[in-house]
Amino acid sequence: MGETHSLEDRFQAFVEAENKVEPKHWMPDGYRKTLVRQISQHAHSEVVGMLPEANWISRAPSLRAKLILLAKVQDEAGHGLYLYSAAETLGTSRDQMIDDLLSGKAKYSSIFNYPTLTWADMGAIGWLVDGAAIANQVMLCRTSYGPYSRAMVRICKEESFHQRQGYEIMMTLAKGTKEQKAMAQDALNRWWWPSIMMFGPSDDNSPNSAQSMKWRIKRKSNDELRQEFIDKTVAQAEFIGLTLPDPDLKWNAETGHYDFGEIDWTEFFEVIAGNGPCNAERLAARQKAHDEGAWVRDAATAYAVKQAARKPNPSTQTHAA
Amino acid sequence: MSQASHQWPLWEVFVRSKNGLAHKHSGSLHAPDAEMALKNARDVYTRRSEGVSIWVVPSSSITASSPDEKDPLFAPSDDKVYRHPTFYDIPDEVGHM
Repeated sequence: MGETHSLEDRFQAFVEAENKVEPKHWMPDGYRKTLVRQISQHAHSEVVGMLPEANWISRAPSLRAKLILLAKVQDEAGHGLYLYSAAETLGTSRDQMIDDLLSGKAKYSSIFNYPTLTWADMGAIGWLVDGAAIANQVMLCRTSYGPYSRAMVRICKEESFHQRQGYEIMMTLAKGTKEQKAMAQDALNRWWWPSIMMFGPSDDNSPNSAQSMKWRIKRKSNDELRQEFIDKTVAQAEFIGLTLPDPDLKWNAETGHYDFGEIDWTEFFEVIAGNGPCNAERLAARQKAHDEGAWVRDAATAYAVKQAARKPNPSTQTHAA
Repeated sequence: MSQASHQWPLWEVFVRSKNGLAHKHSGSLHAPDAEMALKNARDVYTRRSEGVSIWVVPSSSITASSPDEKDPLFAPSDDKVYRHPTFYDIPDEVGHM
């Protein structure tokens, strides 16, 4: 009896030995479901995340800034695609995921439900929002699911440009006129708290975290990641002479970390529940893009079918059905 | 919603990072045909000079070995240590061989 191990036990030992799980491996249903939810949410976040920044492409202050912003938004689309592909290896379909996003069934990061009011918001998003995302994504490079891990490695390589370009925008504004510096400070004031909420609820209020850590999907807890991010960001803000909007923020020599003020979790859960400043606008924009792109998808399909019919070689036929 | 029932086929993307190296699997994407798959692969997987050549292959054309048969499939190569150069004791005096 001592020698019989359930599939679950063997799976647990497999991930604890730092093995990567691949699509064809046996995995517990819960593991598969958790990953489909997490990876698709992550993909949706990349895709919806294009919207707040797209808002400023046509009003970027220089051609250089515009080219950079375009490249960044294009990266986000690419990141969404890597992640949708990773989720599909678990047996869900792209169409199902898109439907779930558009119907409001699937979530995406709460941060993208805040508006981008000034050019400085492009700086704050790159520096803080992408910075927070990187902290999470660097940890996920070591996730136990192979395709997710590989997507994360590729994304991390590309994200660092995002954070640096954001910080550069903030630095430029902070060194500028009084008004420009005030604009940077205002953006920091508005984005700071939502950014540190991105790591999710605190550990004692995050019921799924423990199981995810056990399965090696997550490698660090929400609070650990948040603390690391805050510790890193304080000096970056000081360097450009901006103030993080938290009067309780102070160095704690005993813990070796910064103490910080209470997070307004009511706001976080309100935004998650769909009551943030831009939830409806974001979904409407996605729905509009989906609807207005329908004829392009139809035309591409029709063209492929026609071309395949003309070609004598059957090996290039499409599987439109 | 009318298109929901016919999703474009899935393609696996292989990228040669530079001449002299083999194509390596980069990821996958959906496209209606090979030509679009190539164009999309260019945009999705080579935005930063990651490649000099791309292959796209319909995922349905790939036959994969099953992880369950990993042991019987690969076991024959595990018990033939004499296939490795280190199996043989050659005196140091002989020099590099």
